[in-house]
Amino acid sequence: MTSVLLICKKEFKSYFTGPIAYLLMAFFALIFGFGFYTATRDVVRFSLQAQMMGQQQPMNLNDQIIRPLLGFASTIALFLIPMITMRLIAEEKKTGTIELLLTSPVNDLAIIVGKWLGAMLLYLCILGMSVINIAMLFAWGKPDWKPVAVAYLGLILQGGCLLAIGTFISTTTKNQIIAGGVTFFVCLLLWLLSWFTAFDTGPFGQVIAYLSIITHFDNFAKGLLSTKDVVFYLSMIFFALFLTARSMESLRWRS
Amino acid sequence: MIKVEGLTKRYARTVAVDNISFEVEKGQIVGFLGPNGAGKTTTMRILTCFLPPSEGSANVAGFDVMANPLEVKKRIGYLPETPPVYPEMEVSEYLVYVGRLKGISSGEINGKVSDVVGKCALGEVRNKLIGQLSKGYRQRVGIAQAIIHNPAVLILDEPTSGLDPKQIIEIRELLRHLAGEHTIILSTHILSEVEHSCERVIIISRGKLVAIDSVANLTNRLRGSEAVAVEVQAVDGQPNAGDVQQRLEQVSGVSRVMAKESKDGGLLFEVESLQGRHIRADLARTVVNSGWNLNEMRSVGLSLEDIFLQLTSAEKPAESSAAQEGEKK
Ligand SMILES: Nc1ncnc2c1ncn2[C@@H]1O[C@H](COP(=O)(O)OP(=O)(O)OP(=O)(O)O)[C@@H](O)[C@H]1O
Ligand SMILES: [Mg+2]
Repeated sequence: MTSVLLICKKEFKSYFTGPIAYLLMAFFALIFGFGFYTATRDVVRFSLQAQMMGQQQPMNLNDQIIRPLLGFASTIALFLIPMITMRLIAEEKKTGTIELLLTSPVNDLAIIVGKWLGAMLLYLCILGMSVINIAMLFAWGKPDWKPVAVAYLGLILQGGCLLAIGTFISTTTKNQIIAGGVTFFVCLLLWLLSWFTAFDTGPFGQVIAYLSIITHFDNFAKGLLSTKDVVFYLSMIFFALFLTARSMESLRWRS
Repeated sequence: MIKVEGLTKRYARTVAVDNISFEVEKGQIVGFLGPNGAGKTTTMRILTCFLPPSEGSANVAGFDVMANPLEVKKRIGYLPETPPVYPEMEVSEYLVYVGRLKGISSGEINGKVSDVVGKCALGEVRNKLIGQLSKGYRQRVGIAQAIIHNPAVLILDEPTSGLDPKQIIEIRELLRHLAGEHTIILSTHILSEVEHSCERVIIISRGKLVAIDSVANLTNRLRGSEAVAVEVQAVDGQPNAGDVQQRLEQVSGVSRVMAKESKDGGLLFEVESLQGRHIRADLARTVVNSGWNLNEMRSVGLSLEDIFLQLTSAEKPAESSAAQEGEKK
């Protein structure tokens, strides 16, 4: 357990010794801020129009702003995650420090979980950039906080899943760029699949929808917390990390 | 302390380590010697549980590397071929990280770090980023990392590569200090390294064990083929060096004649015999019968360098016999 925290701390810290963490956070803040601006502008204009036409329609911040906005955040995250995970193991393999890790009295799973947690912390920091905007909404109107919390939980779980997959991909190569590229491709594919399942409601579509990491986020975005989705994400994370540990082991055998 | 039996490691195309067996006693320093690509790094990686063997077994500090890797890892310090350092960390920060990873408690860690910083003379660079250090300093950080938790077995892959002569001597001193309590295996190409700091040598070549013996024995055994320095007096370029060399080469039992530098009035040659042949009498007779003056004749021990070359180059007849002896052990 100590070693998990140790590795996590080291990993998290090393993101901040280079520009990567700052770049990702700035990028996310910028895009999210832009989305926030567009969404609020439209909604405000729309409600002003409605008022002028004499309809007294209560504005629903949750449905009209927060939900689409956090859905948007989950899509941006898809593109940031490869950049978080690509270096995790690939870099250690490239520089040879993997020999230190794998000959230290720490088991493979602890290494993987530590690395994943470090990546997770950075991801949380990136998500944190959106809190400023959302907090503005709370200052301005009276949105219901519960669906917001659920959506954030969804973002965290979905991110955890994708980060675990990215970590897995990072163990398979010593080239960071390849690791990042493949992870990006996988994220893109999942994203496309989620579109596909929106149109196909047949049994095949349903299977894919169940497996698709992105579609499970929909309920969270709506503010619906279901055990089924939480269990799905948690088991996916566990499965991917377990697979990563196995992958490290098989790589030893093959290399 | 270390026991290796029938160890074999195959990669897709190559057999990197081929049926190697040896033992290392507690407290010994053993040199692991071989030309490039001999399989030194591969063997060390197996001993440190980084790679699994294809066949055979290795037992380190009482535990099998396959059955109990975690117990083995607790008891070893390992310096890989390239020092496993993170360029973005400071030296002391890195040592704390590694030390904690190796199981040193947070209460003890600062003391241990100061300890190795002192031992490896890292005081000056303690708060520098590792990425900004010279190769030699990075190597020392690598050594510090290997010894920080005071492991029973130290496995060092070319510990002195990249160090300047003064540092090499310091590291040798350090290793000699560590031996006794610690069992040390170090790999190297540098033969004087082995002569200076090791008690025993394991020589491998192309994955095969060629010899395993104490440094002194190895030198002695290979004196079976003796080397003799012969100095013939020359006056005004008579006789000329080419003639003498030719004549000496014809003596039966001689395998090689090398002309050395000639000093005032003397032509110096080094003559090596075939294994088990005594050539001194014949050499003397040849020189005298040719009407030349024999200034000096003395036997020179083959240097470890010569032995190494003899053992590891395939054409030399010495290899097969030495290999057989090695396997018998
Ligand atoms: N990952 C690998 N895949 C395939 N072959 C490998 C691998 N690593 C090493 N080899 C091969 O195994 C053999 C032994 O290599 P090894 O690195 O153990 O030699 P070495 O004795 O350490 O050499 P050096 O003195 O150059 O460090 C070489 O022929 C090498 O090409
Ligand atoms: Mg090597």
